[in-house]
Order: sequence, then structure tokens, then C-alpha cells
Amino acid sequence: MFGYYFKLALGSLRRNAVLTALMIAAIGVGIGALMTTLTVFRAMAADPIPSKSRQLFAVQIDNWGPKKGVSPGDKDNLQVQLSYIDAMGLMNANAAHRQTVMYVTGFALTPVNPDLRPFQVQARAAYADFFWMFNAPFRYGGPWSAADDSGHADVVVIGNELNEKVFGGANSVGKTIDLDDHEYRIVGVLDRWQPTPKYFDLNGNTYGTPEDAFIPFTRAIDQQMASWGNTNCPSGGGPSGWDARLQSECIWMQFWVELPTPADAARYRAFLNNYAAEQQRSGRFSWPPNTRLRDVREWLVYQHAVDDGVRILVLVSFSFLLVCLLNAMGLMLAKIMGRVADIGVRRALGANRRAIFSQCLIEASVVGLAGGLLGLLLTALGLLGLRSLLSEDVGRLTHFSPADVIIAVTLSIAATTLAGLYPTWRAAQVQPAWQLKSQ
Amino acid sequence: MELGPIISAMRRNKVGAIVVGVQMAITLAILCNALFIIEQRVALGKRPTGTDEANIVVITNQWAGHPTDLAAKLQGDLAALRSMPGVVDAFASNTYPLSNGGSSLNLKLNPEQRESTAQTALYIADEHGLQTLGLKLIAGRNFTADEVLDRMPGTNVPPSAVIVTRALAEKLFPGKNAAGQSVYSEYQKTLAPIVGVVDKLQVPWTQAGGFGSKFNDSSLLEPYRHEAPYGYYLVHAQPGQAVAVMKAAEKRLIEVNRARVLQKSQTLTEARAEAYKDDRGLVIILGVVCAALVAVTAFGIVGLTSYWVAQRRRQIGIRRALGATRTAIIRYFQTENFLIAAVGSIGGIGLALSLNLWMVTAFEMERLDTRYALIGAVFVLLLGQLAVLWPALKAASIPPALATRAA
Repeated sequence: MFGYYFKLALGSLRRNAVLTALMIAAIGVGIGALMTTLTVFRAMAADPIPSKSRQLFAVQIDNWGPKKGVSPGDKDNLQVQLSYIDAMGLMNANAAHRQTVMYVTGFALTPVNPDLRPFQVQARAAYADFFWMFNAPFRYGGPWSAADDSGHADVVVIGNELNEKVFGGANSVGKTIDLDDHEYRIVGVLDRWQPTPKYFDLNGNTYGTPEDAFIPFTRAIDQQMASWGNTNCPSGGGPSGWDARLQSECIWMQFWVELPTPADAARYRAFLNNYAAEQQRSGRFSWPPNTRLRDVREWLVYQHAVDDGVRILVLVSFSFLLVCLLNAMGLMLAKIMGRVADIGVRRALGANRRAIFSQCLIEASVVGLAGGLLGLLLTALGLLGLRSLLSEDVGRLTHFSPADVIIAVTLSIAATTLAGLYPTWRAAQVQPAWQLKSQ
Repeated sequence: MELGPIISAMRRNKVGAIVVGVQMAITLAILCNALFIIEQRVALGKRPTGTDEANIVVITNQWAGHPTDLAAKLQGDLAALRSMPGVVDAFASNTYPLSNGGSSLNLKLNPEQRESTAQTALYIADEHGLQTLGLKLIAGRNFTADEVLDRMPGTNVPPSAVIVTRALAEKLFPGKNAAGQSVYSEYQKTLAPIVGVVDKLQVPWTQAGGFGSKFNDSSLLEPYRHEAPYGYYLVHAQPGQAVAVMKAAEKRLIEVNRARVLQKSQTLTEARAEAYKDDRGLVIILGVVCAALVAVTAFGIVGLTSYWVAQRRRQIGIRRALGATRTAIIRYFQTENFLIAAVGSIGGIGLALSLNLWMVTAFEMERLDTRYALIGAVFVLLLGQLAVLWPALKAASIPPALATRAA
């Protein structure tokens, strides 16, 4: 039966070629626009670490007090980064399962070969727990040890790209690199790693790649390595000298903890409040504790990881698809109304309502299928366009996955069939006798 | 024109009319909001920096290792750059316009004041800064050579003088001449005299609604030699020579000293394109979607009206036979579409305004100017009229003789 209806549908569509083309084009364009923006949106809104997003938490402590200065995204009187004082206070308390403070910095790497020019290496200063917490994949070697952290060791974990550039991709563990006139021993080489968004540090480049190298935080502080990320101070500017900066209320560090169970999280929340209350008692804070623990997903929402422009585009393309579907619905309606006589004859010859209904619905699905395929083509074109229009980091998010093919076609068929429900229902209402009489 | 028959005909074809009306309403709502966003993003990307962008080259300089005697290295570099052919002037700074990175300061009028008066971006410059950037001095004077002090980043050397932009001057001293006044920077803990006022210098941050968007034109220049392991050389090239100067300058700097990284060199025109790339992308995508939307809606109306015409061929023939002119037939379909579009537009204006209200709360969006909704409504009405014209003409060409033939 299905095959027969399918054939009937094709025939009927061919009879009204212009109308059919209009319907398919409308649905194709609508699906294409939606899939294009949705692909980028999904990449932006994706959970970057599904297995642990409910166990990793960003820590916030209000060390500026109510109404003191502004930092970007400051909506609940909480700064998005921590001061060195608080970061070290929390590190030393060691109250979480795993924990790390970190900040972005950088070096000039001087190659051994004197003919090669020095080049820039962006680095992240962190504790060894960083690699375990964020599931950093290693190609060679592994993280440094806790002893390296406490020993302020000059060790380094380098990224895959830097390893390719300097060592041609060979196992470089045990070798040294010269970073700003200091030899660092390589303990690990990361595999390709692109957490999207770069959730553990959303300052600056939300969709950027992780840094080229990682060194122990303790070592970076010893070396007085300046922050290459955002620094915000309650009075604007910054205090003079390294030690003064460390002792200041300027915020420039990220602090993350891993808490495996909700009970652990509750305990840590209480600990944070106690910590802030302690600061209040000691006179450093003149306000009641204001602290927050947000897991990865909450953090991404809080930090507006998804670009507003892309949200607007998704909204616009959803409405656009709606218009396209209404359009197709109107055209289908017109088409069915034009074939009332036909349907009347079929009904008179014994086709029941169900048969008419299924036949028209299959016709709608065929339009949906064709629209979906056209939509796929347009999505591919749209993504190509986006890549050339948007910045490199956002452009990287425009990859089409095989799953999207299924989503596009399913969505198209489902939406078109849904839009076809009313015209189909109208078709099924056709009274055989009435139509035959009017002939 | 008799509206009665039109309305009663539409009532017999309710859903078709509703579908077209709703379609037009949504089209209107999207169209005017999208155009509003486009207009805003275009305006955002056109904000002037106040500098001679096309002729200014920025070279990012990072010293390798722990270089000693940064003061001498800086002077060596600047002397080399300034002596190059095609170079008008050069200086070193902590940031540059359109870079999206830099420092901000909170300013007060005196140390006792509790809340700060203005927030400002900080540009480090020596006495060559104004000429290199091409800034227009509107009051006071430039820095003198002896006002320019040595300063390593992270150290606090009180500035001997400052130059402010017109916008900052107006915030600090509304209605007064700022040159000759003093400002207090909370972080430097000193009162510094304002020696000059420049017409315009944009802050380095450019994002819509992002940091700095609230004090876009409030900038402050402080007279230092930027002796830092990481900094920017700004070079003003003679007209048309920016790219050549950029390449030659990079080569020259490497000749002076190899132990450095020149991570990125670009003209401010290139920096502008980069800073606003995503905004420009959004504008183009929205534009394309809008065009597609208009096309889909128009073709939808054409298709649907054509079918209505086909369905009513006989009735139209009868009307023609009873004496209706071609114009009357055309006007019938035009009026019909107008009625649908008018109702759709009223709904569309409401939808547009509520969509915008929601976007204001959800995103960093401004309130939609009601004029946009009205212009959109007129556009949708015209679009409907235009789309209906072809099927209406076809209807008008139905011969009256059709009425006499048997169905």
C-alpha cells in the first residue's frame, strides 16, 4: 500500500510541478538556515566534558564587597576570577577531592638551532591536578607529580602542536626546552585537545585552543611570570611590583575543584562560607560571606558562553522555518482544494477516509524528504559561508557531523508532515457524493 | 469597492487567509528586528577610533629571555623605526585602538572623593604619541620630552602630566576647560595635571555591550617610555606606504636585535576588520536570511493566490460577463491581499515589539524603535501587493465567455 501511495504522491507532485518546487524550495531554505545556525549553536552550547560536568566546580569569592568597582559580567556582585590571596588560601586548605588554581602566561621559546628565530608560546600555570580534573589526553608521558608542585620544579607539559613544531612529533619526554632563558624538562606531551568551549578559563577566547604549554603554578609565581589574561583591580590599574600584586585584591586567577558527590559539594560550599566568614572576622572583608560554587554547565550559562549573535541567529532561523512551513501548508492546502474532485472520485470508488488521509500524508512526507535533502545541501553551503565570514575560533565550530544529516531529514519530514496535517484532514473531509454532484 | 463579497469569500477559505496573514506577521516581526540589529552592528563597526587608521602600523614586540636594559633597547628600536624612510613618527605603548586588550583606570577629582567620577582606558605614550596616532589636539598642549618618564610595567611611577579625550574631559569637568585641571587616579594615588585635550581616541575594547562599551571614547594618555618585555610599536607611515613600512620595519627590528618575537604586525585598518569580523558576519548572515524570508513569503503569496484564482475561474468569468472590468478583478485580489496583510501587519507589529522586549532582557539589546515596526509594516503591505499582482493580472485575463461554457 505504501508503495502505491508513494507512486500516487510522486504523480500528484509532478502534476503541479511549480507548486511542488515552491514547497520544496521553501522547506529546503528553512531547514538549511536552521541547520546552519543550529550546528554552530550546538557546538557552542555543547557540554565540553559530559562525564564530569556535574563534578567540576568553578569557585567564586566576593573579595571586593558590594558596589566596589566593576568587572566584566558582574551581575551578582561576584568576580569571575580570584585574587592570589584567596586562591592560595583555598589551595592550602586542601578541602576538595582535587583542586587547582591557574592563570595564563607566556614565554618566548628560543630554538636550539641558532638559525631559527624565537617564537611565542602561550602557557598555563596550574597544579598537577589540572590534567586529572579536566581529562587532558596525553600522547607521551603524563602530568608532573605533586612533589613537582611543592618543589617548584622546572618541568613542563607541552601541547601536541608545539611538540610537532619543535620535535617533529617524536616522543620528547625527558628532553628540555628553553623558555625565556630557562631550561624546562618535558614530562608529558598532550594529544590533540580542543575542549569547546574552553570552559575552565572563559576570559578572553571562549572558543580558543588550550595553551601550548603547562608549567607548575608554584614555579610560575617564583619566576614572577606576569598574567597574560585579564587582571581586574578594585581601584582600576594595578599595584606596583610583584609582591604587592600578590598581596592585592586584584583578581586574575581561576580556581576549580573536583567534588565527586553532591554531599562533597555541599560540604565544600559550607567550607567556602566558613572561609569567607573567617576573612570577615579577621577584618579583611567588611561584608558577610558571598561565595559561589558552580558546576561546568552552570558556569557556561553564567558566563554567557554562547555568543548572543548566534542565539539571535538561531531564534531568527527558527522563526524563518516556521514561515517556510506555513508557506508550505498554505500551498498544500491550495493543492488539495484544487484536487477535491479527484478525491471525491476516489472516495466514491471506495477509498475510505483513512486511505485518503494516509495518501495525502505520504505526499507531504515526500515533500519533506525532498526539502530535507535540499536543506542539507544548503546547510553545507551555509556552513562554508559562515567559515569565511566569522573569526577563526568561531569558524572552527562549523563542522557538520553525520548525525546532522539524520537530524535535518527527520526534522524536515516531521515538520512538513505536521504542516500537512490540516490540509490532509481537509482532504479526508471531502464528501464523495457532493463532489460528484457538482461535476 | 465592495468589501462585503471579499470578506465573505475569505470566510469560506478561512485557513488559507489565516496562513498568509500569520506568515506576513512573522515575516514582519523578524524583518524589523533583524534590520534593527543589522543597523546597530553596522554602526558599531563604523565607530571611529580618532586615529589615522589606514597609515598606522602596529608591531607586537616580545623580548625573548630576561632582557637587561630595556630602556636602551626601547630607545634603540624607536630610533631605528623613526629613521626609516616612509616613517612619519613612531612610539611604544601598552595597547592600541581596536586591540581588545588593555588597562582601565578609575578617576576622581580629589583623593577624598568616595565614588570615582569616570572610568577610562589607559594609553601609554611619549611626546611622539599624538603625531603617530594622528590625534587632534583641541586644547592645551602635547607632552614635553622631560615629562616622559621611564616605567617598567607593574611599577608605580606617578605621571607628571596626562592628556585626556574630549569625552573624558566632559565627564570630569562638564562645561569647563579641562586643560589646566587635575585628576586623581585611585591606583597611582597622585593628582596629575591635565596638559592637553584631544578630540577623540576610542578605548581599545570594541565588543557590543562588552567591557569598555560604557566609556567608549574616554581615554587617557600618560607620558611614559614603555620599557616592557611585551609591548606594541605604533608607526605612522606616509600615505599609501603602510604595508611596505610594516615589512621593512619588521626586518629592521630583527637586524637591531634577533632575540625577540614579532608575533603580529598589522595596520589599524586590518585590526578594525579583525575586531568587527563576527559583527560583520552576523550582519551578512542576517541580511541573507532576511532576503530569503522576503522571497519565501512573496512566492508563498504568489502560489496561494494563483490557486485561489484557478479555483474561482468560473466565478471570475461570471463577474466579467456581468460587467466587471479587468481593473475591478485586479482590485478585488489586491484588496483581498491588503485586508489580510493589514491584519497580519497589526499582529506583526505587536509580535515584533514583544520579540524585541524579550531580546532586550535575554541579550544585550536595545529597545526597538517603533518606526522600524511601522516601516516594516509598510514594506510587508507593499510586498503583498507586489506578490499578488501577477496572479491578479492572470485573473483579469479570464474571458467573460468562460461563464457561458459548461463546467
